[in-house]
Amino acid sequence: MRQTQLIMGMPITVDLVHEKQSIFDEIFSFFRAVDRKFSPYKKGSEVSRINRNELLPNAYSKDMKTILSLAEQTKQQTNGYFDIWKNGVLDPSGLVKGWAVYRAAHILSKKRYEHFYINAGGDVQVSGCNEKGKQWTVGIQNPFLPGKIVKVLILLNKGVATSGTYIRGQHIYNPHNIDKHITDIVSITVVGPNIYEADRFATAAFAMGKNGIHFLERQKGLEGYMIDKKGIATYTSGFDSYVFTERN
Amino acid sequence: MIKKAIVIGIIILFIVGYVVYEQRIKQQDAVMIPSVLTPTSAPATASSPVNGRYKDGTYNGPVTDAFYGNIQVAVVISGGKITDVQFLQFPNDTAHSVEVSNQSLPQLKQEAITAQSAQVDIVSGATQTSQAFMQSLQSALQQAKS
Repeated sequence: MRQTQLIMGMPITVDLVHEKQSIFDEIFSFFRAVDRKFSPYKKGSEVSRINRNELLPNAYSKDMKTILSLAEQTKQQTNGYFDIWKNGVLDPSGLVKGWAVYRAAHILSKKRYEHFYINAGGDVQVSGCNEKGKQWTVGIQNPFLPGKIVKVLILLNKGVATSGTYIRGQHIYNPHNIDKHITDIVSITVVGPNIYEADRFATAAFAMGKNGIHFLERQKGLEGYMIDKKGIATYTSGFDSYVFTERN
Repeated sequence: MIKKAIVIGIIILFIVGYVVYEQRIKQQDAVMIPSVLTPTSAPATASSPVNGRYKDGTYNGPVTDAFYGNIQVAVVISGGKITDVQFLQFPNDTAHSVEVSNQSLPQLKQEAITAQSAQVDIVSGATQTSQAFMQSLQSALQQAKS
């Protein structure tokens, strides 16, 4: 059974192979709570209050402190390419999405749900198998053609995230050069041990431009597939192990 | 109504886009717009409102930047309804003389992407629709209403 709701400005889909309505409600209300707290667009959110200097750091919520420390850690791990502060304004959206999906998946796992996926605007956590007892298949969207894919992945208990410019325009920037648009690559897809890892490193790798795929090659447990504006894909040495072939 | 029209437009885009892409793959040349998709009528050739809110005719959207190139669509209204969405411009940068550099890509691999339509459980992408396409289409529809 699959349900989709629009939260955090994107469609969030939860597909549970063995369903119960109450668990859908719990997951979606979790996402709504995350949105209320972290949305930079909601005036009453904690993020907005921090940006208006209405909160001292010791009054931040536990989740906010977690996100801020995870962001700092990610910034260090990515040579500063991942930064939730832009011109002194806090916008942790780039980290919150993957973290929220990861947390939601954790809620399901703790309740002994084994077979599900969560897809938040194209960032996906898969667990177990689909209705047919097979591993989940995930298509990488063709950035040039809506509705088409370029690759089929077959994944067991992984996270996969795609960063790109083809829909929301230039929503990722290079913190080292804010005015310089990222123009040579169109999208980067990252497969990681979970969606939190995949999402944050997809965002950072995209901000690195063409060097992002080299960065991913050096990270243990991460594989990446980068598409440039000429339609050429460059991918990491272990990526093939996730690609669906007839032999699967 | 507009939402519905846009949804229909997007479905048409998928079909038209697929045709464009397939043509491109086959031809492997620099001309991105197959002649069959080039609009044959001038903008706003007729203007008799029928049942729908749109007047019949062909309306060109503005050229919009799709980041990897420009997109311009034309929308064909017939009987007050959208009957076709055509590409007047489509990014043509994806052609061909691909330079796979010999310089240090130690373990990385490269390939030209292909358009697949295999059935999958989930799709990972930056989002569902193209903003540039929506802008061009919405503007064309705006003209059709006035």
